[in-house]
Amino acid sequence: MLSRVAERIYWMGRYMERCENAARLINVNTKLLLDLPRGVSVGWGTLVEIMGLDDYFSRDTQNADERSVMRFMLADTHNPSSLLTSMANARENARITREIMPSEVYELINDTYWYLNDYASGAVARRERHLLLEAVIQRVQQFTGMLAGCMSQNDAYSFIRLGRNLERADMTSRIVDVGASRILPKAVEDNSANEPYSNILWMSVLRSLSGYQMYRQHVLDRVNAEDVVMFLFQDPLFPRAVEHCLSELTDCFAKLPNSDQALHEVAALRRQLKGADFAALMDSGLHDYIDTVQSEIAAIHQAIAATWFLPQVQVSA
Amino acid sequence: MEINWRDYHSGDFYDELISSPGHPRKVARQLAKHLAGLSSEEIAERKHSAELAIKTMGISFTVYSEAGNIDRAWPFDIIPRVIAHKEWLHTEKGLIQRLQALNCFIDDVYNEQRIVKDKVLPAELLADSVNFRPECVGMKPALGVWAHICGSDLIRDNDGRFYVLEDNLRVPSGVSYMLENRKVTKRIFPELFENHNILPVTEYPSQLFDTLAAISPRPLEFPEIVVLTPGIYNSAYFEHSYLAQQMGVELVEGSDLVVEDDHVFMRTINGLARVDVIYRRIDDLFLDPQMFNPDSVLGVPGLMRAWLKGNVAIANAPGAGVADDKVIYTYVPQMIKYYLGEDPILPNVPSYLCVDKKQRDYVLENLDKLVVKPANESGGYGMLIGPQSSKKEREEFAARIKAQPRNYMAQPLISLSTTPIIGSKNAEPRHIDLRPFVLQGRHSSVTAGGLTRVAMRKGSYVVNSSQGGGSQDTWVVVEEDK
Repeated sequence: MLSRVAERIYWMGRYMERCENAARLINVNTKLLLDLPRGVSVGWGTLVEIMGLDDYFSRDTQNADERSVMRFMLADTHNPSSLLTSMANARENARITREIMPSEVYELINDTYWYLNDYASGAVARRERHLLLEAVIQRVQQFTGMLAGCMSQNDAYSFIRLGRNLERADMTSRIVDVGASRILPKAVEDNSANEPYSNILWMSVLRSLSGYQMYRQHVLDRVNAEDVVMFLFQDPLFPRAVEHCLSELTDCFAKLPNSDQALHEVAALRRQLKGADFAALMDSGLHDYIDTVQSEIAAIHQAIAATWFLPQVQVSA
Repeated sequence: MEINWRDYHSGDFYDELISSPGHPRKVARQLAKHLAGLSSEEIAERKHSAELAIKTMGISFTVYSEAGNIDRAWPFDIIPRVIAHKEWLHTEKGLIQRLQALNCFIDDVYNEQRIVKDKVLPAELLADSVNFRPECVGMKPALGVWAHICGSDLIRDNDGRFYVLEDNLRVPSGVSYMLENRKVTKRIFPELFENHNILPVTEYPSQLFDTLAAISPRPLEFPEIVVLTPGIYNSAYFEHSYLAQQMGVELVEGSDLVVEDDHVFMRTINGLARVDVIYRRIDDLFLDPQMFNPDSVLGVPGLMRAWLKGNVAIANAPGAGVADDKVIYTYVPQMIKYYLGEDPILPNVPSYLCVDKKQRDYVLENLDKLVVKPANESGGYGMLIGPQSSKKEREEFAARIKAQPRNYMAQPLISLSTTPIIGSKNAEPRHIDLRPFVLQGRHSSVTAGGLTRVAMRKGSYVVNSSQGGGSQDTWVVVEEDK
């Protein structure tokens, strides 16, 4: 397949996954705020920070209110990661590559874009918002399912999977980071009896990844910070765990030509994850550790781009 | 609204469906009856589902405007336009004959130029042609075919006959909309397809593939065919991607291709892959910056060299546009006689050449009755529509014609036929034309019908979609003898 098409379809996979993750995150934050007592300062601005969007958000994230954060996250076309922008980007990439995927898949993306375009700005109120976010999650799941069920498992399919799993690994690490490094310390400060809230927090982290039940079945212990972090980083079977995403990448790379460099990068990160001592990291240094994981993920992206995507077009003199 | 054919008046114009108020043509009788039987709610509901289907399927076209490029939903009216099969067989033959003669002509002008030596075509007409590419002289493309894909515009006059208005041999577009119109109609009127014997149109992409495969320079290999597009901002991008998808071939931009050792390759995730056939949807002058416009980034440096050496096939071949000229058009009936020894099956619209003294005098005396067209503009630019013009405009045109007679030809204003569309209170007549698509490779074929374009504004002759024109599904219906 063409290098340009590989690049586009990889980004389509990333943007679709980004939509789903953003929808999950907003949903769970809403539920978390309903559970936590007054005085615990897990604000709406946290959402903006998780997405790494503080620079784009024009207001103070400490004092951000629900309405403005929701408008920013759902429908702001100036926000490069709002649901609407991500879906518009997914659609644009799909439009350029529509000849290589089943037409029903393009129709689904196109239809979801129009759905968000029509309803996202009206879904600031909680009840409507919940319906909209559920619909987005369902549609992205439907997208994934349609591809698994109707698209030849060819190179193009591998690039969609690459995009999805890299984005997913990145987002899972981000969510853990926010839980462990940003929300928890604050909750501890605000409330001396922090233990119950810490549990609520980690449960909501798991729920944002639809991982609560899977965690219970796997860990067989009550929810606690260390086990949750290990589960979300190291579990080989849970689809949103970083290790699982990386094994998917390994699988895709093995099917693609010239994949030595990319395989090398992903193997290095997997070794590092396997050897990580999370018990020690929980006390100090988890945030820095997650930073290095994220830069490794960026390095994998660089390897993919350098190996398969179109070189920047040289305008001949 | 409900449809009442007794209140439908097309005036002096030939109507495709209704011969006189209350009387549908034989071939449209069942359709007219079915439409008249629908309640206003049913019609509104079908109209709404058509709009929804078009939005979901992403059937769009791009319009250039000052605010950037806007993707618009494809404009579509739900009433199908109907053509009788017997009549179509005749038209089809005429179109095939026409493209064969045009291909003989193009091949001749880049090689022996017999038609000029035999004085059938005046030498100065060819010498002054802006679409003649000296770079192509001496080229012998596979099968002797230069124009593999042709979109001819047909209109029907008051007498009910089809006339050829022009031939588009450069990068004719619209075929994807013909195919999508049929899909939408099947979604909203499935019951009509049970009761009518309508010729299918879905074979076009495989016929196009076969046509392209037939000219591959490596006949023993499975051909690597690509569609070359200028990119996502082109108004016909939807069509480029649609055809690539339907044929199962790569859609490429210039930057995806590279020429090495006079062979064309595309950049893939496996490295470079050889390309055999390029269905190009960009104009000649943008194809190769080394040979034509040096500033163009749409094309591929070295592409023309690879083509001239026969290492890659290009459809339509560079230079094929020489026959797209509106002055050359007036000679097509003579070409058919000259090259094929046959009488033309389809007539041209009567035309007057300004380069000929006698005809020019007639044009200058009758500017208020004629349509004057420049030889090489497309999209209806730079025309004078005599009956709607001011005295000042006619004087200006007279001066231009006298200064450059080669650049102008004139035709009487044709009373385009009408067909009903859904109006606000009843079905209303609107002017239409028809663009069938003709293929020539090892075999020739014509689409069953084509793209019907509709001038949606009452009384208007403008069918162009960027100027508010619409479209309808086009049916070639086989009548059963009862």
